[in-house]
Amino acid sequence: MTAETIIQSLASGLLMGLLYGLIAVGLALIFGLMDVVNFAHGEFLMIAMYATFFLFAFFAVDPLLSAPLVAAALFLFGAVVYLLIVRFAVRAKANAGMVQIFSTFGLAIVMRGVAQFFFTPDYRSVTHSWLGGRTVSLGGIFLPVPQLAGAMVAIAAFVGLYFFINRTDFGRALEATREDAGAVALVGIDKNRVFALGWGLGAALVGLAGAIMATFFYIYPDVGASFALIAYVTVALGGFGSVFGAFAGGIIVGLVEATTALILPPSLKSVGIYAVYLLVVFIRPRGLFGSI
Amino acid sequence: MDKNFAQRRRRDLVVAAAFAVVAALVPLFVKDVYVQNIMVLTLMYAALSQSWNILSGYCGQISLGHALYFGIGAYTTALLFTKFGVLPWFGMLGGGLISALIAMALGYPCFRLRGHYFVIATIVIAEIALLLFQNWNFAGAALGIDIPVRHDSWLTFQFTRSKLPYFYFALVLAAIAWLVTWWLEDSKWGYWWRAVKDNPDAAESLGVVVFNSKMGAAAVSAFLTAVGGSFYAQFVSYIDPESVMGFQFSLLMALPAVLGGIGTLWGPVLGAVILIPLTELTRSFIGGSGRGVDLIVYGTLIVLISLARPEGLVGLFSRRRKEAVR
Amino acid sequence: MTPLLETRGVWQRFGGLIANSDVSISVGRGEIVGLIGPNGAGKSTLFNLIAGVLPPTQGSIWLDGEDVTRLPAAERCQRGIGRTFQVVKSFETMTVIDNVIVGALVQTTVMREARRKAYEVLKFAGLAGRADVLASQLIPSEKRRLEVARALATEPKLLLLDEVLTGLTPIEAQKGVELVRRVRETGVTVLMVEHVMEIVMPLVDRAIVLDLGKVLVEGKPAEIVRDPKVISAYLGDRHALSA
Repeated sequence: MTAETIIQSLASGLLMGLLYGLIAVGLALIFGLMDVVNFAHGEFLMIAMYATFFLFAFFAVDPLLSAPLVAAALFLFGAVVYLLIVRFAVRAKANAGMVQIFSTFGLAIVMRGVAQFFFTPDYRSVTHSWLGGRTVSLGGIFLPVPQLAGAMVAIAAFVGLYFFINRTDFGRALEATREDAGAVALVGIDKNRVFALGWGLGAALVGLAGAIMATFFYIYPDVGASFALIAYVTVALGGFGSVFGAFAGGIIVGLVEATTALILPPSLKSVGIYAVYLLVVFIRPRGLFGSI
Repeated sequence: MDKNFAQRRRRDLVVAAAFAVVAALVPLFVKDVYVQNIMVLTLMYAALSQSWNILSGYCGQISLGHALYFGIGAYTTALLFTKFGVLPWFGMLGGGLISALIAMALGYPCFRLRGHYFVIATIVIAEIALLLFQNWNFAGAALGIDIPVRHDSWLTFQFTRSKLPYFYFALVLAAIAWLVTWWLEDSKWGYWWRAVKDNPDAAESLGVVVFNSKMGAAAVSAFLTAVGGSFYAQFVSYIDPESVMGFQFSLLMALPAVLGGIGTLWGPVLGAVILIPLTELTRSFIGGSGRGVDLIVYGTLIVLISLARPEGLVGLFSRRRKEAVR
Repeated sequence: MTPLLETRGVWQRFGGLIANSDVSISVGRGEIVGLIGPNGAGKSTLFNLIAGVLPPTQGSIWLDGEDVTRLPAAERCQRGIGRTFQVVKSFETMTVIDNVIVGALVQTTVMREARRKAYEVLKFAGLAGRADVLASQLIPSEKRRLEVARALATEPKLLLLDEVLTGLTPIEAQKGVELVRRVRETGVTVLMVEHVMEIVMPLVDRAIVLDLGKVLVEGKPAEIVRDPKVISAYLGDRHALSA
């Protein structure tokens, strides 16, 4: 193992990590807002990837262009999921935690079924795109362009999210609602509207991630499941509800995965991520940046 | 009032016995192998979900990684039998004990975690075990273990000609899991568990050792789950990591209890009786060629039941609605 | 004779904040002692230290002549410290009787015995009629009673009551006062935190006033209410003083 291969894999780990952060941040946002974990998060990613694929296959829209469209579509989808399902789940009088887990989990199963029914279980891929298949060389390190673009989109999204939460009225309403949902009702903020928009925003972010990932991953009905667990670990590692934590968590997960792949056989690369998660929460039961 | 309570406990026992007798007679009339297969699975999931319910329902520590214990039960039995010629009956006991020990060893660090951090830890640990088994050559790695079938015998617990022995064993298993729950429900442990679930701080102030309560629940729950896994290995006579340790198994174990009524005596049985036949039937009749309709039906059902009856379906059957909630 | 409860030079710091500094108090067998003081005086912290929720930064806590400083809450309960919580912590999905049975299981593991004991305590606390109701369905004053009943079922030597009388209607508060008196008659020692002086003063044998984490003064209720130090500590907290 040379220094070069180590740097090479750490660099790609970092890029992948930023993308993991982007996948996870929507989950963190929703959790921070209303203490709900969306167990269909992976399926949100899956439909975003399919949407990108079909825009490409039927209308020849490049994923880079369709990303905003997909994000907008996912925004609507997220808001609708909140209004139709989650709104009722959080009202449950008994077993509130369970109801949240299993109502969103049931949704995940339905979404997988729908994907199988309409799109068949076949593996799809965006065969050629502006980004796909290219690499750039930076000082002797080769970086795949799709991942590089994904990382840049992720950074841009995080910067945008930061300004959005801190500088806009809606961002402030979001913050206020997450701090005290009861009190905001008194000052005339409609809690349901904020929650629906929060779900929309969370879904839009994972939509963005899905559009980028469609350029370099196979697309099939179960694709979300493998990324969902990574997203949960990412969010928990950073500390549930912390948007910054998801960003940092993503980078850690990406680097740990790359490092594990250097040491252990490729089939065991996720073991490193899982082990680091356990190590972190055993020492800090609220994750790295969690305060709740 | 004390008399009411004792009466209710006795009535639960009588109803359970009646169910068991009726269930035992069913195969006399139902000869169809396909249907018998569904009945075996239903009983197995009733037993598994009842075991899961002890840790997650009564004690409130939601585990979505019980496939770990199921898999350990299956693998212990299969490995001991194929590599060392140890009879499955001992494998069953051994798998149960190993699982209980592992559950306690894992519980030691994990029970400090709360809420989602705990749930994700359970998923992640089962996933690590899955990956390790997929790479463990002695245990057949990803290909798993084919248990050689010799001749029908209770000694080796193998039956090729008829499903009935499996059916009766699964019935006994479900009955044992139910009885254990019934017995623990009105014991110090049962009360400790429910107190820990509702409010650990208050429990601690009343002399409940919260940590020990969780450890006890984990051990019992893991033991019973592993016995179910051992049974499954013998029943299908072929196991591989994905088919006994996959995440979907953890969910399949939890679902009957959640839909039937989590933390209740009858919830898991009721949930399994409704859910498992439904899953199998949708899969066979409308799920053909991977069209996914079975998933749509199944998923919709989960969403609707969890939204409409958060306390579980037992609420529909119980005249004492209030008690069903607990 | 050793006092039932003694704290010796107890300190508790949270980061830079000092919640209790050098608190030494003692409670004798059979007494009803009031622990009072303005908001932020460190009453609740001291309570939690005695109950074993957390160990003190410095100092020691003695029960019946034994050092219990390092014992966890559950074990202190088994040794005879029962408590209630300021913000009630009922087992919401369990029935009232089941709530009390959890407490009764400290003394016996025979279920029949625990159930009998729990009914007895419920009758004592005036909740027998609500035995089979879910705790979540009780009204606030009943929940307070349930907290007391649950703690009594553990057969404590010392009962710690954390603001059990605050926020009740005058009639409910009067019933509460009677309950505390009856508890003492059964031989249980009571240490109670109250914020509002007028409720507790007629009830307690002795009062300890905490201010800014220290013991300000202790003595008979009649002396305490006239003590200028106490009055100035409570100044700006007129509601609590309104006697």
